[in-house]
Amino acid sequence: MTQKQRTRLGNAVFYIGNTLVALIFVSPLIWMISSSLKPEAGIFKGLNSLRTFIPTGASLSNYLEVFQRIDMWKFICNSLFYVFVIVVLDLFINSICGYALAKFEFKGKNLLLTLVISLMVFPPEAIMLPMYREMADLGWINQWAALVVPFVAKCFSIYMFRQFFLDVPNDLLEAAAIDGCGPVKTFFRIVMPISGTVYATVLILDFVAHWNDFMWPLLVVTGEEKRTIQLAIQTFFGSKPINYGPIMASLTISAIPMLIMFIVLQKYYVEGIASTGIKG
Amino acid sequence: MEKAINKRSEKKAAYLFVIPAVILLAAFLIYPALQTVRYAFTDYNIMRPDHIKFCGFNNFTELFGDGDFWKAVTNTLYFTALVVPFQTVLALALAMLISSKRKGVSIFRAAYFSPQVTSMVVVAILWTVLYNSNPDSGLLNALLVKLGMEPCGFLNDPKTSMNSIIFMSAWQGAGYQMMIFLAGLQGIPKEQYEAASIDGAGRLKSFLYVTLPDLKNVIKYVIMITVIQAMKLFTQPYVMTKGGPQNSTRTMVYYVYEQGFQKRNFGYACAVAAVFFVIVVILSLGMKKLIKAD
Repeated sequence: MTQKQRTRLGNAVFYIGNTLVALIFVSPLIWMISSSLKPEAGIFKGLNSLRTFIPTGASLSNYLEVFQRIDMWKFICNSLFYVFVIVVLDLFINSICGYALAKFEFKGKNLLLTLVISLMVFPPEAIMLPMYREMADLGWINQWAALVVPFVAKCFSIYMFRQFFLDVPNDLLEAAAIDGCGPVKTFFRIVMPISGTVYATVLILDFVAHWNDFMWPLLVVTGEEKRTIQLAIQTFFGSKPINYGPIMASLTISAIPMLIMFIVLQKYYVEGIASTGIKG
Repeated sequence: MEKAINKRSEKKAAYLFVIPAVILLAAFLIYPALQTVRYAFTDYNIMRPDHIKFCGFNNFTELFGDGDFWKAVTNTLYFTALVVPFQTVLALALAMLISSKRKGVSIFRAAYFSPQVTSMVVVAILWTVLYNSNPDSGLLNALLVKLGMEPCGFLNDPKTSMNSIIFMSAWQGAGYQMMIFLAGLQGIPKEQYEAASIDGAGRLKSFLYVTLPDLKNVIKYVIMITVIQAMKLFTQPYVMTKGGPQNSTRTMVYYVYEQGFQKRNFGYACAVAAVFFVIVVILSLGMKKLIKAD
C-alpha cells in the first residue's frame, strides 16, 4: 500500500466511522425535533422504520399549541433574567476576590485560599434544607432573591479568576502604581480590560450551570409567576392533555437559548472545560 | 515611606475585594452547612418550626435501621460505580474519534457534544418517551422488536430502571468529558507517536504505551469530577421514575428531598444529608490522594 492509498483509507475510515457514530449519537435529538413537527397521530406510526426520523406532514402547529397552552415566553425570560443576574454578579464579586487572592498580601489570605479550594467541590444538595429554611426566614420564598443571591459567590469562579490573574505580569501593576494608580483603580482600568477571556469563560460555564438549575427552583419557586423554563417543561410534560407533539416542541424550544449561547461563546466554553482538565 | 503607603492601600483594597464574596459564602454556604449538622441532631419537623428539640443521635440510630435509606445509599453507589467508567470510556473513545485534524471534524465534535446543549430535564423527558415499555410507542422497544428481541421494561422494571438511567446519563454527559480528553490528546507531542511507530508499535500498542500514560492525570481528573457529579443524582429519577419502581432509582439526594419536603421530617432529612456529605468528602479526598500520588 502506498502512502497515498493509506491516507485515503484512513480518511474513508474516519468519515464513515464518524458519520455512523454521530448519527446514532444524535438520533434521539433528531427524533425529538422530527416528532415536534409531526401531527400527533404520526409520531408513533412506523416507529420500527427509519421513517420515524423524517417529519412527514411537517407543520409548526405543535409549537403554536405550546404557546397557546402555556406562557413559554415568560418562562424563558424568567430563566434568562435570573441566570443573567447571577452571572453578572458572579463575574464582578468573584473576579475581585480572585484578584485579591492572586495579587494582594493581606492577613488571612492563605486561610481564605485553602477554604476556596476545599469548598470548590462542595455539593449544595447537602445543605438545601437549611438553605430553604434560611430563605423562608428572609421572606424570599417565591422571590428572585432566593434564585439568585445564594449562588453569586462561587469558589470555582474565584479559583478560575485567581489562576488567570496570577499570570498578569507584576511589572504592569507596578508601572500603574508609579503613574499614581491606586490598587483598586489599577484593577478596573488596567487588569479588567485585558482579561476578557477569563470573564467569557466563567460567563459561559456559569450560564450553562444555572440555565440547567432544577432542584433548587423546584423548592423555592411555587407559583407560575417566577417559574423557570426547566420547571415549565417538566410541568408541561405532566399536564393534561398529554400530547407528545407539543411536548417535543416544548423541549426543542427550551434548548434554543442555550444553543445560541453555545454558538456565540463556543470557543471560551471549550477552552474553559479544557483548561480545568489540564490544571486539575 | 511611599512603599508603606502602598502596602496600606493594598491591604485596604484587598479587604474591599474579598469581603462581598466572603460574606456571601459565610451566609449561604458555611452557615447552612453548620445548620445541617445542627438540625441532624433534632426532631425538627417543617410543620412545627418553633418546636425544635435536640434528640441526640436518635436520627442516626433510626437511619441505620432504615431499609429505604440503605437502598438509597446502595442505589447511589451503584449508579456512580457504573456510570463513571461507562461515561469515561465513551468520552475517551469519542475524543479519539475526532482527535485528528481533518476537514469537517468540528461537525462531528458538535454532534457528540449536542446532548450537552439540551438540559438534563429535556433529556430526561425525551428518554422517558423513548424508553416506553410498549413497542408501539417506545422507539427503543420498537428497535429491539425489529431486531428480533424481547421488548424490555426499561424504566418500568426495577431490574433495568437504574441501568436505563445510567445509559441515558452517560449519553448526555460524555460530550463534556470528551472536550477535556480532546485537549489532553492534542497536548501529546506527535514525536512520541512517531517514535512508537518506528519501534514497530501498532495502533493498540501506541494507545496503551503512549496515549494512556500521557493522559493519566486528565483521566484521573475526569473520574473525580464525574464521581462527584454522579453522587448528586436527582433530576433523572425525579423526572423519569419518582424513585420507583420499588425504590430501584431512589438516590440519596432524592431521599433527602423526599424526607425533608414531602414527609416534612426536616431533622431526619438533615441527618441523611450529613451522611451524604461525609460520603462525598471521603470519595473526593480519596481521589485527590490518588491524583497527588504521582
